[in-house]
Amino acid sequence: MSDRISVAKTYKLYVGGKFPRSESGRVYPVTDAKGKFLANAAHASRKDVRDAVVAARKAFPGWSAATAYNRGQVLYRVAEVLEGRRDQFVAEVSSSEGLAAKKAESIVDAAIDRWVWYAGWTDKIASVLGSANPVAGPYFSFTVPEPTGVVGVLAPQASSLLGLVEVLAPVLATGSTAVVVSSAERPLPAITLSEVLATSDVPGGVANILTGRASELGPWLASHGDVNALDPTGAAPSDRPELAREAANTVKRVLTVPEAEPDWTAAPDLTRLRRYLEAKTVWHPLGV
Amino acid sequence: MPVFEYAPAPESRAIANLKDHYKPFVNGEFVDGSGEPLKTINPATEEVLAEVGTASKSDVDTAVKAARKAYGSVWSKMPGTERAKYLFRIARLIQERSRELAVLESLDNGKPIKESRDSDVPTAAAHFFYHAGWADKLEYAGYGPNPRPLGVAGQIIPWNFPLLMLAWKIAPALATGNTVVLKPAETTPLTALVFAEICQQAELPPGVVNILPGAGDIGASLVEHGDIDKIAFTGSTEVGKAIQRQVAGTPKKLTLELGGKAANIVFDDAPLDQAIEGIVNGIFFNQGHVCCAGSRLLVQESIAEEVLEKLRYRVSTLRIGDPLDKNTDIGAINSAEQLAKIRGLVESGDAEGAQRWTSPCPVPDRGFFFAPTVFANVHQSMRIAREEIFGPVLSVLTFRTPDEAVAKANNTPYGLSAGIWTEKGSRILWMANQLRAGVVWANTFNRFDPAAPFGGYQESGFGREGGRTGLEGYLNV
Repeated sequence: MSDRISVAKTYKLYVGGKFPRSESGRVYPVTDAKGKFLANAAHASRKDVRDAVVAARKAFPGWSAATAYNRGQVLYRVAEVLEGRRDQFVAEVSSSEGLAAKKAESIVDAAIDRWVWYAGWTDKIASVLGSANPVAGPYFSFTVPEPTGVVGVLAPQASSLLGLVEVLAPVLATGSTAVVVSSAERPLPAITLSEVLATSDVPGGVANILTGRASELGPWLASHGDVNALDPTGAAPSDRPELAREAANTVKRVLTVPEAEPDWTAAPDLTRLRRYLEAKTVWHPLGV
Repeated sequence: MPVFEYAPAPESRAIANLKDHYKPFVNGEFVDGSGEPLKTINPATEEVLAEVGTASKSDVDTAVKAARKAYGSVWSKMPGTERAKYLFRIARLIQERSRELAVLESLDNGKPIKESRDSDVPTAAAHFFYHAGWADKLEYAGYGPNPRPLGVAGQIIPWNFPLLMLAWKIAPALATGNTVVLKPAETTPLTALVFAEICQQAELPPGVVNILPGAGDIGASLVEHGDIDKIAFTGSTEVGKAIQRQVAGTPKKLTLELGGKAANIVFDDAPLDQAIEGIVNGIFFNQGHVCCAGSRLLVQESIAEEVLEKLRYRVSTLRIGDPLDKNTDIGAINSAEQLAKIRGLVESGDAEGAQRWTSPCPVPDRGFFFAPTVFANVHQSMRIAREEIFGPVLSVLTFRTPDEAVAKANNTPYGLSAGIWTEKGSRILWMANQLRAGVVWANTFNRFDPAAPFGGYQESGFGREGGRTGLEGYLNV
């Protein structure tokens, strides 16, 4: 066998459906769980955060107005494409998280299944969380949940794929759009997930994934005037109070998250879906 | 058309059972607060109504301890069916003392008696009735099989609807099993302290409800208290942001109901006479002291002149004056400070080139009054189109297409409410979809019901009050 030189890959960001380099030109080395060099990843900057928020805002009207059926189809399509890349994800999760192949397989399977679970929620949220309000008067009054807008997500640092899916999929299922900062030390599954999103039917800008440091990018997301909600899961617990204070300047919705990263394999519930929804109550008089 | 003259029809102020002195309510008793007493005045006459004892920081601590003890030993352990009966009792007592509460509210707040009597007090009672029924049905509310209360809730309410805001806060908190420490607004503490008497009459266990009159510093020490599990605040966006900052990094759960700058949108096919009534109700109800007031009127350009003409005529028939007169449409501005703020914003409207029209109605020469005012030729960049005025001042803008109406309506950091006036059903639903606001009134305005969730988008706050959705803010879910 001849010694074939493999094609080395340059990893980039995922913003607005495209794969740009960081505006800053920075990269940082990514190693596996044992410290062996794997690749250089793009090191996103404040400007990249702002570009991603612009892309997410631009995508919001279309994504939030898509029918729930359509959003469900698109999210299910993501699961299909994920399934097709299962082996690659198993290899990346295994090396990133230092897991045995068997364990990595079950994590990837759980991530795919989680995506399917959220895909199935898109057309059920309104009937479960909305209401017809029996008001005391001749009015028809109903309450519908609506997506909150652009959500900034600091993805979990430890769980590079399942944790990422658990923080991203509910944002998309509710009709909001996302700017995600991936795990800093374990970004490869997030980059591959970007490629999955780009090649499924998710419109450009609906999900934007930045590789970089939550400690550097988190404050820009928290203080950004055009971000409606913040998930601080991937921030260091000591950084979270300051992020929450920054978020208060624009009355952002800030997710309450546990101090330590939770067990992402536990059965999910509606908490994250609920947090990204606003309740809109509409009234109209009744009469002939 | 002639404006009918009405003979005065004043309500007797004796019904209010006004006392010289009121005290904070802690652990089931009226106690001498160690804060500096305040004098609450009648904004319609500027006379002192009563002296009110206020809380100090140490009283906040005593009240929180009482609430914690009541939570742990009685209230959280009590079956929902029993809690419900206390809430039903309170609802009934509010109804039985409704005229007393209405007169007292009008004296202390300055709002017309017809509004306190027909809107504030009955709706307050309705909130207790509605939530009473939830107390023993929480497992059906959609938050899982065994939703738990949070603990002690610190609640801070504004001066525009003193008793109603108290009901919005206390009823869901108690129904879900929490105990409360509530701070009424500095200028309107009286009905909250009569409500404390009602708690005694209902034999509510001591400590379940505590009421601490005081100024902003007492609210702040409530927010920073280490043994409080939840903060609920209704008031200005500025203070709301400060509270959110203060709560940041603590495990306290927070709901905020903040300011607004609602667009009330009138299309050329709207039923005009109804729309005019809705516009008037939207901005002049409660002197415009309403966070969800329809303070930005967006009129389709083709009917703008006609709407303005009809509107000016209708507004000129509103009677301003004695809040206790049953014929009064517009009462007093709640405080000298608020009056000054309204005047400042109106002056900015003049200075920025908007066209001011003020109702020629006679205005009392004592007390804090502001004649209904309508600004035409308002542009989106003007302060009167961007800032919450919280007074009887309407800003009128125009639009040509539905898309333009949506863009202008949503051009605000607020998102509490919106109004739509058109005969076309499909347009109503399309508009309702597009508007970024927590409540959308179509062909009506300012409707409230305990069964209908209320609350804002964006900088109008987060969390909802009322309905099944409103329970979430008081449950550990």
